[in-house]
Formats: sequence, C-alpha cells, structure tokens
Amino acid sequence: MDIERLTLVDIKRLLDTGESSAQEITEAYLARIEAVEPHIHAFLTVTADEAREQARQADERRAKGENAPLLGVPLALKDVISTAGVRTTCGSRMLETYVPPFDATVVQRLREAGALFLGKTNTDEFAMGSSTENSAFGATRNPWDTTRVPGGSSGGSAAAVAAAEAPAALGTDTGGSVRQPAALCGVVGLKPTYGRVSRYGLIAYASSLDQIGPLTRTVADAALLLSVIAGHDPLDSTSGQRPVPDYVAALAQADVKGKRLGVVRDWLDTPGLHPGVREAVQTALATYESLGATLVDITLPHSEYGLPVYYLIAPAEASSNLARYDGVLYGHRASQTSDIWDLFAKSRGEGFGPEVKRRIMLGTYALSAGYYDQYYKKAQKVRTLIRRDFEQAFEQVDVVVGPTSPVPAFELGERTDDPIQMYLADIFTLTVNLAGLPGISIPCGFADGLPVGLQLIGRAWDETTLLQIAHVYEQATDWHTRTPSETNA
Amino acid sequence: MEYEAIIGLEVHAQLLTQSKMFCGCDAAYQDAPPNTHVCPVCLGLPGSLPVINKRAVEYTILTGLAFNCEIPEFTKWDRKNYHYPDLPKAYQISQYDLPLTRNGSLEFEVDGRTRRVGIRRIHLEEDTGRLYHMGGKALVDYNRSGVPLMEIVTEPDIRTPEEARLFLQKLRTILRYLGVSSGDMEAGALRVDANVSVRPKGSDRFGTQVEVKNMNSFRSVKMALEYEIQRQIKVLESGGSVVRETRGWVESENRTVSQRSKEEAHDYRYFPEPDLPPLTVSREWVEAIRTQLPEMPDQKAARFVAEYGLSEYAADLLVADRTTAEWFEEAVRLGVQSQPVVSAQTIANWMTGELFRRLGERDMTFESMPLTHSHLVELLVLVEKGDINNNVAKQVLVEVLETGQSPAAIVESRGLKQVSDADALLTVVRDVLDAHPDEVAAYLGGREQVAKWLMGQVMRATRGKANPKVVLDLLTQELEARRPE
Repeated sequence: MDIERLTLVDIKRLLDTGESSAQEITEAYLARIEAVEPHIHAFLTVTADEAREQARQADERRAKGENAPLLGVPLALKDVISTAGVRTTCGSRMLETYVPPFDATVVQRLREAGALFLGKTNTDEFAMGSSTENSAFGATRNPWDTTRVPGGSSGGSAAAVAAAEAPAALGTDTGGSVRQPAALCGVVGLKPTYGRVSRYGLIAYASSLDQIGPLTRTVADAALLLSVIAGHDPLDSTSGQRPVPDYVAALAQADVKGKRLGVVRDWLDTPGLHPGVREAVQTALATYESLGATLVDITLPHSEYGLPVYYLIAPAEASSNLARYDGVLYGHRASQTSDIWDLFAKSRGEGFGPEVKRRIMLGTYALSAGYYDQYYKKAQKVRTLIRRDFEQAFEQVDVVVGPTSPVPAFELGERTDDPIQMYLADIFTLTVNLAGLPGISIPCGFADGLPVGLQLIGRAWDETTLLQIAHVYEQATDWHTRTPSETNA
Repeated sequence: MEYEAIIGLEVHAQLLTQSKMFCGCDAAYQDAPPNTHVCPVCLGLPGSLPVINKRAVEYTILTGLAFNCEIPEFTKWDRKNYHYPDLPKAYQISQYDLPLTRNGSLEFEVDGRTRRVGIRRIHLEEDTGRLYHMGGKALVDYNRSGVPLMEIVTEPDIRTPEEARLFLQKLRTILRYLGVSSGDMEAGALRVDANVSVRPKGSDRFGTQVEVKNMNSFRSVKMALEYEIQRQIKVLESGGSVVRETRGWVESENRTVSQRSKEEAHDYRYFPEPDLPPLTVSREWVEAIRTQLPEMPDQKAARFVAEYGLSEYAADLLVADRTTAEWFEEAVRLGVQSQPVVSAQTIANWMTGELFRRLGERDMTFESMPLTHSHLVELLVLVEKGDINNNVAKQVLVEVLETGQSPAAIVESRGLKQVSDADALLTVVRDVLDAHPDEVAAYLGGREQVAKWLMGQVMRATRGKANPKVVLDLLTQELEARRPE
C-alpha cells in the first residue's frame, strides 16, 4: 500500500475488494501522522481513539455486507468545522477549549456516508490569513519545503493531504482559503458555488463568502466528496435548493473538445506574478489547446477592485460574527475583571490574535454611522459589478482559467509583518467568492521546485463542467502524482 | 404659556408562536426552569444559523393588515450589533430599513371622539435572554432568547398620557383578537417605550425628544408620561432646554431618571443579515393571511347593538375581550333554543353585571371559570320559569363558579326552589306578623315602609326561596286584616 499516492477512490476499491480494512488503512494514516507531524504540524487535534473505533465499526458493517459511499474512509477536517464532542478551536486561544455540542451538517453527512475522522487541521485564526501563520497554535509547514508556508487559511488540511497524513480533507474558502493552499501544497482544492454546501456548523468568518470545500489528491476525489456534502440543508437558509448532480459519473463523459476557456490577460500580466507560475499556467493553457479546447481572451474590468471590496465586506461581517466571543457563555474568559464591560474587553483582548483584531477593527469602522454608505454599501455595489463581469464572461466561455496564486509557497515569516503583501496572495481567488462562483485549483507544474496551481472558475451551480474540464487536464498530465518525498529525495 | 405634548410609542409584543423566531425551541418559556428552552441557535453557539419562523412572519403581516398597513413585496433582515450578556450573538436579528409592514393607523375613542394614530411600521425581531442579579453575581437565562418579538412604532400623533393609555388598551385588545400576542404587560409580553417632547401650544415645530423606558403597566405609562411632560415644561419655563436622552421610569420614586445621553447612544452598525436571504411576500400570501382576519372589536360591538339590541355600553364591555364576546354569542345561541327563551339582553345583563363582578372577585377569567354557556342559560331559564328568584339565582351563580355543579343540581340539592304556594307562605306570613306586634302596629300607624322590613323577615324565614310577589300580596292582605275596624 503506497500511502503517499492513495486516493479516496483507491481506498474505496481496497475496502470494497477486501484487499485492506478500514482499521489497517486508518492505522497507516495514524502512523504517518505520528511520523511527519513533528515537521509539518498540520493537525491541532488528532482523534486517534475515535478514528480507531470508527474504523472497527466500519469493518464490522462491511463484514455484515453493509456499504456506504465512504464507509471506513478516513478524512481530516479543518478546525473551523464543528464536531460534536471534539474541540473546535478555529486556531484561536479564544476557543482553545471549546467543544461543540453538535456536528456541522457536512460532518453529519460524511458520518452518514460512513467516513471516519483522523482529526482537526490547523488554520489561520478564524480562517483569516493566507499562510496558517495566524494560528494561535503555531504555523503549519509546507511538506514540499518545511521552511515555507502551506498557504492558508486551510493550510493544515492542504499540508495533511500533501504529506499523506490524510487522503483528503475539508477546508473552507472565504477568499481563496481552499484553493490557495491547495496550489501551494500541490493538491486539488475545490470551492463550490456559494450555497452548494451547508454552512451549518461552520464557524463563520464572513457569512456571505464562506464555503466549505474538499482538498484532495485528484479531481475525482473532489467530485466524490462534493457529492456527499452538497445539497440543500433546512438549517442553512442560504443553502441552495438545486438538485445535486452525480459529479462522479459526470467525469466519465469529461471532454474539453469545443470547450471555450476564458483567459484573463490582465491576470497573466500582473507585475507581482512569479515568472515560474506564469510559465506553468501558460503551458497548461497550451495543453488544453492541444486537447481541443479554444482559448478566449476575456476581461473582468472590475476584478482589480476585488481586493479592497473583499477587505471591506469580509471584515464587516467578521466584526459582527466574532462579536459573540465575549467570555460569557463559552470560550476564553479573562480573570480579574472589574465589571462586565471589562470582562468583554479583556477576554477579547487576550483571546484574539493581531490579524483577527485588525479585521474586527476594520469591519467595525466600515459599518460605523457615517461611514457605512461610503465603505460597506459601496463595496456591495462594486461586488455586484464584479459578479456581472463574470456573468458577461460566461456568455462567451465555459470556464475562466488562470493562476490560483501569484506566487508559489513563500517562506515562513516572509510576509507576516506586511498585511498587504499577505492579502495579495489571494488576489486571483477572492473575486470568485465575491461573485459566489465555484472555483478549483489543480496542480499544473512547479516553480523553483514548488507546486503551482491552475485555477478554473465555473458558472454558478455548474460544478460539473468545472470538474470535467479539470479532470481532463489531470488525465493528460502527471503533476498530481508527484509527492514531496520524491522531490526532496 | 400653555404647552402641548407630542408622544410617539414603540411597543414590543411577544408573538404567541409555538417555536422561537429562528429555531425550533418552545417559545413558551414563562414557567420553564432557566436555560431549558435553548439550543445552539438561540444560544448563539459558533456555527449555528437562523431559520425564519414562517408563522411569526404571518402573525406580523396579519397585525399589519388589522392596522391597515401596507405590506411591501420585499423585506429583509438586518443585524443590530451591540454587546450585552443577555444577547448571545452580540447582535439582534431585526429589520432596519425594510420592515414587513408600514404606514397604517389605529382608531380609538377619547371622550366620545374618535382619534386616529398613525402606525409608522411594524417589524419582526428576536427577544433577548434575561439577566438576574443575585448574591453579587449576574445570572443569565436564555429561555427568552430568540422569542419572536414584533415592534410596533407609532407616528408622534398622541397628545396626552390618557390618549397613550387608551391607545395601548385598544392596541392590546386588537392583538388579543388576532391571537398573535397575550399582550400581558406584567409578564413582559408587551413592552412600551415612549418618545416625548413638549412645545408651546399652536407651534408647528417639535421640541427636543426624550425616550422614556421601564414602564411596566398601562398605569405606569400614564404616570410616567404625566411626570415627564411636567418635567420638560418646568425645564423650559425656567429658561433651560430639554436634553435629548433616554430616561427610565422609577415607579417607586414616581419620577424619570436619566439613563443615557445622546452622546452615549449606541452605534448599532446595522447591516443586512447575510445568514438570511431577503423575503419576497407574494400578494397571494398576503390575501391568504387576510382571510384569517377576525371580526374586529368595533365591528363586533356595532353588530351586537344591531343584532341583539344591546346598549352600546354593554356591547363595548362584551367585545373588550374576544373570548368574552364569543362566550356571549355561544350563550345567546343556547338561550334562543331554550324553553322559555332567554333573551340576549338578559344574558348580556347577567354577564356584564353579576358575572363580571364575581369573576373579578375571584381573579377568574372566561377561560378559567367552571361556568359553561349551558350553566348560565339553565340558570336564567330557572329564573324565567319562576323556579327561583333573582337573589337566589345570584347565590347559585356563585356556587357554580365555586363548585362547577349545574344550577339545577344546586337548586335541587339545596332546596332553593322558589315557594309560590300561597297556603304554605300564608302560615309563614302569619307567624312573622305574630312575632312582631310592634312593627305591625307601626305599619298600621302609618309607617308603611315597615312592610319592607317585614317582607325581609318572611324571606329570611323561607331562606330566600319565597316568591317575592306572592309574599308581598299576602303580607299586604294580612296587615290590612289586622287594621282595627
């Protein structure tokens, strides 16, 4: 069993044929976690005992002839997704000891599909960041080069998959937090359409942008996980009522012949774009052409405002979403306080890290009386323009293609003193969240020996086309089969 | 100088829905042990999300329709952000610029004249938890957190504290008619804040507005407004100016005290609630809700006068409470079928007189009393038939309220049936006259009012059962028989 290359589809086959057992596979991953965690720190909590028990039960069920889509398949969850009885920290001192009494809807759906959980992965505090360095419990390291960041905020999940500590994981993507770390860690990261996956139990950063998505080794695995977690949830009023297509079956018909791929020239001409990334993306575009796709130059004139718009809307929502952490009901409570206002102020002052405080202040300011119209409201108007840009583009093309991140993995500490530099890491991804569209990052080569991600952006609710077009590329290339150990070796 | 007050009210009414505003928890929290009607949503736990209670929306639209409000097609939810321990999310989901209903009015009577007060808007929001201070500690009960709360905001059309009181009374009657709120102020199901300013009479400019809070009954609303108006007038008369602020009514001290100045006012940083999509209110839905509008108290009173020949006074008393009005009509239906017929006026007289009084004494309501429609009609049939007299009927009514037994059974078991038999009564009359020779002499000496006293003695001797008319005839006859030739 070559655990480093094992996909969900492989694991399903091993279990279905009886070649291996859930317990054996789970033990392999737990052993791997124990071996590499000292260098990677992808996990905040490893639930070894629960995983072993779940694996035992899964094997029992299989012995009785039962099956389920993910029966006995181990996964990892970003630590902003609520798990009943297992602490969910959001990478924050504030929730260091917080144990949710309920499962997020996605966790419930995965459990019903038979999946088991290896643990909770590291994240920038409350998913605010692009490097996992904002975690209160220490940064995660990039398996391809442990002096570098894995990206973020789902850096723990991306690193866990890249380091083969889990075959797949769930992350969350508010401005690129699934796709960017997927790109930096050389794995697949899918952000579904806003509303495709229930947010119930996802601890909110920015409610109108947050979306849960899978990080996997292959597009097929992403399709498999999405098919389990997608669909309307009566507990999330923003989740869509649309039927969920069979994403896995759709891959069999994947073809790019005659498909039109939109290329945003401005993105490829961005001054901050790493030449190695540009080259990898251009090579990928050429591959698509050779496979029969047509490249179409498009413009997204308002996407240059994506960053400022995002940094008004997301912090505004965050300032409200994070106001509940006040030391009263749960979470960190300061000792030695004089009155309730002092308790609020000290608990929050001690419980939150600098980036969270920065965004709370930014958002509070943007919503304040006298500033609301010129900041928050205006940002919402521009957001509408950004969405329209994409709608117009999709009149001409089937997907939009470009780089996921302007640069490959940067060094730990390189950008921590410069928030703007850090924010620029999401320059190509956050417009997708503002428009509510599905996006995927797939491995498309290397720059300076580090993985590069190709981003594909689809029409709202059309994850099928997105996955098909990504799958065709993956079938034609072998980037996704590369592993950090062979590169380092 | 003469001044007039300008008063606008903000009324919060809890809705009588089964579940809370944004979760499935039981909204009936009043008698529950602390923190037992709670879930991740109403505790604001991380990751929980709100889901709109459709019934609460329908109740608010129904209320809007009752006040002739517009029901816009598009409405949305907003977050009102502020920190307080009773607010677990640190924001209240409310409605800011696009409420469910707006621009209506309410009419009520003041000294026989009809007054109309504009309803600016009615919106829906969620209630907060409750704080308790004991032993130097603050405790929070979140059972109330997330209970649907309807906020009714009036135009500044009210001019006197008495008008405010009458407006609130009418408002509560209508909310109860609609069945959307208990309107119980003492229990906190109805809460009133007032915006008050004064200006020289005849001026068309508004004075500086003060918000008055903490009024826990209709009476305290009136008293607080009376105090606040006089306070503001005194400030102006002494050459000062009224400060824009929030003041709290302190009932025990009979005055308002400053709570918060305008400078300290919250910036609630309202913004659209991203967890709830905007709501489209289709015209079909509004019309479906309109069909649930019951007959309103004014219409009902007019109908009672026209249909049953009641006085306006009696009709107004009966319609003040929907249950009472419905109880009356049910009794009338039984009354016309009975033998002999019991008229609607008779039923109305008994209800608004004796029954109201006895219920008041016992702190009973039409819902809680054991007296049924058929009990009352049965009792009145006994009176109509002459089986019992009015006084005995009143005793029997009290017994029904206390025991729940039927009037016929009580009359039977206590032997209260009226004695109309002249032979039997004659013996009693003669015994009484024999026992009171002085009074007989007084009567015969010209003090005819003594007959009344003697009559009382006869009734006492028969334990009230004697037919008074028969007794009076016999008494007159026997007294005259004793007049010396």
